[in-house]
Amino acid sequence: MSYPILSKGRPGYPPLLAELYDPPPRLHLRGGPAAILAHPCVAVVGARSCSPYGAQVARQFAGELAAAGLVVVSGLARGVDGEAHRGALAAGGLTVAVLGCGIDRDYPSAHADLARRIAASGLVVSEYAPGVEPSPWRFPARNRIIAGLARATVVVEARERSGALITADFALELGREVFAVPGEITSALSGGTNDLIRQGATPLLRADDVLEALGIERSPPVPPADLSPAAEAVLASLSGGALSLDEVSRTASVAAADVAVALTELELAGLVGHTDGHYRASWRV
Amino acid sequence: MLARAVTHALVGLEAKPVEVEAHLQRGVPAFAIVGLPDKACQEAKERVRSGITSAELEWPLRRITVNLAPAGLRKEGSGYDLPIALAVLAASRQIPPESLAEHAAVGELALDGRLRPVPGAIVAAEAARRAGLARLLCAFESAPEAALAGIEPVPLRHLAEAGAFLQGRFRPGPVEPARAAGNGSWPDLAEVRGQERGRRALEIVAAGRHNLLLAGPPGTGKTMLARRLPPLLPPLTLDQALEVTRIHSVAGVLSAARPLVDHAPFRAPHHTASAAAVVGGGPGPRPGEVSLAHHGVLLLDELPEFHRPVLEALRQPLEDGVVAVARVAGQAVFPARFVLVGTMNLCPCGARGDPAVECRCSPQKLAAYGAKLSRALVDRFDLVVHMPRPRGRELDGAPGEPSAAVRERVVPASDRLREQRPPLGREARELLLRAVDTLPLSGRGRARVARVAATVAALAGAESIEAQHVAEALSYRAPPELST
Repeated sequence: MSYPILSKGRPGYPPLLAELYDPPPRLHLRGGPAAILAHPCVAVVGARSCSPYGAQVARQFAGELAAAGLVVVSGLARGVDGEAHRGALAAGGLTVAVLGCGIDRDYPSAHADLARRIAASGLVVSEYAPGVEPSPWRFPARNRIIAGLARATVVVEARERSGALITADFALELGREVFAVPGEITSALSGGTNDLIRQGATPLLRADDVLEALGIERSPPVPPADLSPAAEAVLASLSGGALSLDEVSRTASVAAADVAVALTELELAGLVGHTDGHYRASWRV
Repeated sequence: MLARAVTHALVGLEAKPVEVEAHLQRGVPAFAIVGLPDKACQEAKERVRSGITSAELEWPLRRITVNLAPAGLRKEGSGYDLPIALAVLAASRQIPPESLAEHAAVGELALDGRLRPVPGAIVAAEAARRAGLARLLCAFESAPEAALAGIEPVPLRHLAEAGAFLQGRFRPGPVEPARAAGNGSWPDLAEVRGQERGRRALEIVAAGRHNLLLAGPPGTGKTMLARRLPPLLPPLTLDQALEVTRIHSVAGVLSAARPLVDHAPFRAPHHTASAAAVVGGGPGPRPGEVSLAHHGVLLLDELPEFHRPVLEALRQPLEDGVVAVARVAGQAVFPARFVLVGTMNLCPCGARGDPAVECRCSPQKLAAYGAKLSRALVDRFDLVVHMPRPRGRELDGAPGEPSAAVRERVVPASDRLREQRPPLGREARELLLRAVDTLPLSGRGRARVARVAATVAALAGAESIEAQHVAEALSYRAPPELST
C-alpha cells in the first residue's frame, strides 16, 4: 500500500506548517483528501493519564470546535488526545491525527480502530515513511507538527513536565494563540496547564473563546431542551461539580430511581456526562 | 459360589445401575476387583476386608473375584464399599443372597465397619426407585436425603447392622424427613447504610433475575450488597429445590442435617479458581460453581482478577443456562441458570472513582485491566452500577430498609414477569430509538435495556413499559470505559 506525500515547497503543503523553524521535508498522508489541511485547524492536546474531568472537557471542546467547522488536530495518544479525536468524530467533524512513527503504524495499538475511524473522514499524517518504529525522541518532533498545523493550541490537562507543554512552546514560538484549560490548583494533573496560564496563556472557559480568537462565527446556540422539573432539579444539583448518583439523590431530594430517569433525560439532551460513576454537567448551569 | 448386589454409578447428574458380582472359588486366598474401578474404588479391598472383620463377620479365605458390571463403565469413588461387602457376605452365605435382590446399596466403609455417607445419594435413590427397587441401604447420614427421592431408605450406622437387617434380625429407626435448610442466617439489607442506587439495582436484579456488575473503589460495600441478594429472590418450588439438591449432593456439599436446598443457593468462588472448578469438569465430570449456583446467585468478587479462560467459559452457561462437559466417554450436561453478580474496582490501584484519592495507575496498566473483561462478557451484564464511596454522614445514618420489605415488592413483580412481560409503550419505544441514535448502544444492548425496563415496569405495577421505565433502565447500561 502506498501513501500520498506532500513535499515542502510543492503545492498543497500547508503554508502554516512551513512557518516552522524546521518543517518536515515530507508529510505522509493516510485517509481523506489533503485539502483538509487547508481548513483552519486547532490543536487539542494534553496528558495521556488524564482525569475524568480532563477527558470530558477534551471531548466536549473538541466536539464544539469541530461542530463550528474547525479541524481538530491531535496526537492519537491515550488520554486527552484520544478523547479530542473522539469528540470531533462524535460531533460529525473533521479531525487530523499526527503520528510519531511510520505512517502505516497505529501507535498506541489500542487506538488502531480510532485511527481507522479518523482516516475514514479526516487524515492521519506523519513525517515518517512506512515502517518507522515509534521511539521516545520522535514524539517531541511530532508535537512541532501539531503546533505547526494549528492556528491555535488548546492544552486541556498536563502535568508540569508533560509533552503537551512542548506543543504549547512550539505554538508560542510560532506566535500562535495558546489556550489552557484551568484545573484544580491541588491536582498535579493540572500543574502544567495552570502554570501556562500564569505565564500568560489564555484560560479557556468556553469554546467560543477559541472561535472569537480565530474570528470564526459560531452557529446560533441550540435552545435548551424542554426539561422535566426533576431533571431541572438534578441539573441544578450538579452546578457545584461532579456528583455520584446517590449524592445527586440527596442534594436534589429526589429518589434514586427518579434521579436515574432524570439523568438519562439529561444525558440524551447532551447536558450531562458520566465517567466512573460520577455525573458532571456539560455546561455551566 | 456367586452373589449379586445392586448399586449405581454417577455419570454427571445421572446414576447408571451397576451390578456388583462376587464369586468365591477354591484356591490360594486372594481378592480382586475388576470392571474399570478407579483408585478409590480399587482401595475398597482394604476397607471391605477390615470392615467385615470388624463387624464380627467372617472374611472368606477363598479366591474372591468382584466384578462391577457393565465392565466398560468407569467406577469412581468409595460408594461401592457397601455393595461389595454385601456381595461378598452373600456369596459366602453369611447373609441370604436373595435378600439383596430388592435393595440397592451405597456407602463407604470405615476400617472399623462404620458406614460413611457418599456424594450423590439422592441421585442413586432416584435411580433405584426408577429401577423398581423397594429400599436403599445407605449411611445413616444419607437417609434423609435419599428419602426425598421417594424410596424407603434403610439408615445404617455399621456394616453389622446391614448384615443383621438382611438376616431379618434388625429394624432400623424411622428416618426423619428432610428439613429445609431455611435462610434464617442470611445477612439483612438493613445493615447497608446509604447506597440507594445499589439497593434499587439489587431490587431490580432480584425481581427480573438480571446479571449485575458492581464497580467502584474498594471498601464501598460492593461485596456486602451482593451477599444480600439471595434472600431477596423468590423461594424455590419443590421441583427446583430437588434439582438444586441433586446437584449439591453429587458435588458433596449438601448439609446432612438439612439436606433439602429450598432457598436460592449462593456461591462465591475465589478468583484463583480454575475453569473446571467454576464451570464443571474433571475425569468423571463434576458440577462446577455455576451449577451449584443453579436457581441462585453466583458472585464473582474482583471479576478482573479471575483467569481469562474462566471468564470466557462463563459465556455458554450465561447464554444457554446449561453446561455441557464433553469427555471421550460421552458428555455430561449440568443445569446452570444463575444470577451473575460481579464486583470490580475501576483500576488496579482501586483509587479511580474515589474523588478523595488520586489514581496512580499508568495508562498501560489501566488498559491491561480493562482488557481482562471482554466486550462479550461485559455485554452479559444487564445492569452496571457504580458504587461511590459513601460519605461519613451516610454511614452514621439510620439503617436501611430491611430485606423483608424489599422482598414483598420483589415476589409479586417476579410473578407478574413470569405470567406476562409488559408490552413496550409507544413513548417508551420512541425513547429507545432515540437512545440507540444518541448513545453507543448496540442491538444486544437495546434488547437488554428493554428487558430491564420490563422489570422496572413490573416493580411499579404498570400495565405496559413507559418512557420513565426505559429511562431508568438506560441508566444501568455499561459505560463505554468498561467495554474497551
